[in-house]
Amino acid sequence: MTALTDRMKDGLDAPICITWELTYSCNLSCVHCLSSSGRRDPKELTTEEAFHVIDELREMQVFYVNIGGGEPMIRRDFFDIVEYATTSGVGVKFSTNGTYIDAATAQRLASMDYLDIQISLDGADAATNDAIRGEGSYDTAMAAMRHLKDAGFGEFKISVVVTRHNISQLDEFKAIADEFGAQLRITRLRPSGRAVDTWHELHPTLDQQRDLHQWLLSHGENVLTGDSFFHLNALGDSLPGLNLCGAGRVVCLIDPIGDVYACPFVIHDEFLAGNVRDSGGFAGVWRTSDCFSELRGPQSAGACASCGSWDACQGGCMAAKFFTGLPLDGPDPECVGGDGEHALASAGTIPRPSGDHSKPVAVTLGRRTNA
Amino acid sequence: MLDTPLKLHPSVALRPEPFGALAYHYDNRRLIFLKHPSIVDVVKDLGDHPDLQSTLSAHGIAEHQWDAYDKAICSLIESDVVVQR
Ligand code: SF4
Ligand code: SF4
Repeated sequence: MTALTDRMKDGLDAPICITWELTYSCNLSCVHCLSSSGRRDPKELTTEEAFHVIDELREMQVFYVNIGGGEPMIRRDFFDIVEYATTSGVGVKFSTNGTYIDAATAQRLASMDYLDIQISLDGADAATNDAIRGEGSYDTAMAAMRHLKDAGFGEFKISVVVTRHNISQLDEFKAIADEFGAQLRITRLRPSGRAVDTWHELHPTLDQQRDLHQWLLSHGENVLTGDSFFHLNALGDSLPGLNLCGAGRVVCLIDPIGDVYACPFVIHDEFLAGNVRDSGGFAGVWRTSDCFSELRGPQSAGACASCGSWDACQGGCMAAKFFTGLPLDGPDPECVGGDGEHALASAGTIPRPSGDHSKPVAVTLGRRTNA
Repeated sequence: MLDTPLKLHPSVALRPEPFGALAYHYDNRRLIFLKHPSIVDVVKDLGDHPDLQSTLSAHGIAEHQWDAYDKAICSLIESDVVVQR
């Protein structure tokens, strides 16, 4: 453990990686949506309140913010908020399903500075993608990427959540990214939001995780991962990046109604630190909340203490444990040593995420026509 | 690099942290860690002195440490945080 990682565990004066979901409204209903998005929350932050959050981020010298949702481009003041941030020196990277990026919008986006875009894609072909993200969403994402390329946006990101069904397509994803002059970003599926119900069917098998580790070791330089696979470090060779759970230490989430959670994958009262509307604002929550102080304190390794890989893997992801009913001081449900699988067999009750904003239609895992 | 005129890249922002500073490069969107408070002060000041060694002496850094600073600055040049002017 380096001194730097130790410092990170104590928390920083301001987060490095902050996610801001602008709205719970979404035109899609992906089965693994981490924020259970669908319907707008009437208590959503107003434009003025959003500007105020950006003022605070600028004062705290937060370099950039990851904007998401829901589908953030649904907000009518989307461009106002983004432009307010980028012209204040707070860079923006936003995630979108691509629905609202037509040729004209792509031109507008390409003309902006300090802006990066992430298009979500969960399958390298329509059948695999649409089973997760809904009918037609593959074509929508592809069209958006073509518009960005034609507009000369430059190197945007293609963001893939790795599942049991798309993990064999990593090379194809890379080829798609290359074709569009984009950069591939792959991240881990956590049982958060609607994935609390679909994770068990979708998360990669142990064998697949081993292949993934190898693939990352050989492509690591050119593929972004948000440091989300550090639990795989227990397999031996360490992947590049920060090897720790950053929740409440270097990472946090501001949700559409201003609630501040320890990380985008733990939308649950247990990890709710405060609200940006509180008297101390966002800075007050980040610096003084009990919830974050606790996360920055020493954490016990619990059942992981006797594992030789603890230094490499740190027990994995807190969100993955929490939403599978496992103790937080113990192995990750995808522990490569297989300990998580054993623990899952006797896991406690599975907590439900705090808000369900899903549209009032049953969200079901689509049938994959090619499988 | 000791006698080269240098400066902090204009697109880089520094944020002080207990361990030193975080540097963020707005052009390539990379985050870089400066792991000692003293190197942070030197980097901030590079543009106000003729070259690296004069910056180091202005900061009262003993000559036997210049090599180490030279190395650290070289790696910051590699990551485009520091540039020649
Ligand atoms: S994951 Fe799906 S439902 Fe959630 S924000 Fe993205 S596109 Fe919308
Ligand atoms: S809870 Fe999981 S996703 Fe959140 S910061 Fe920790 S490791 Fe990352």
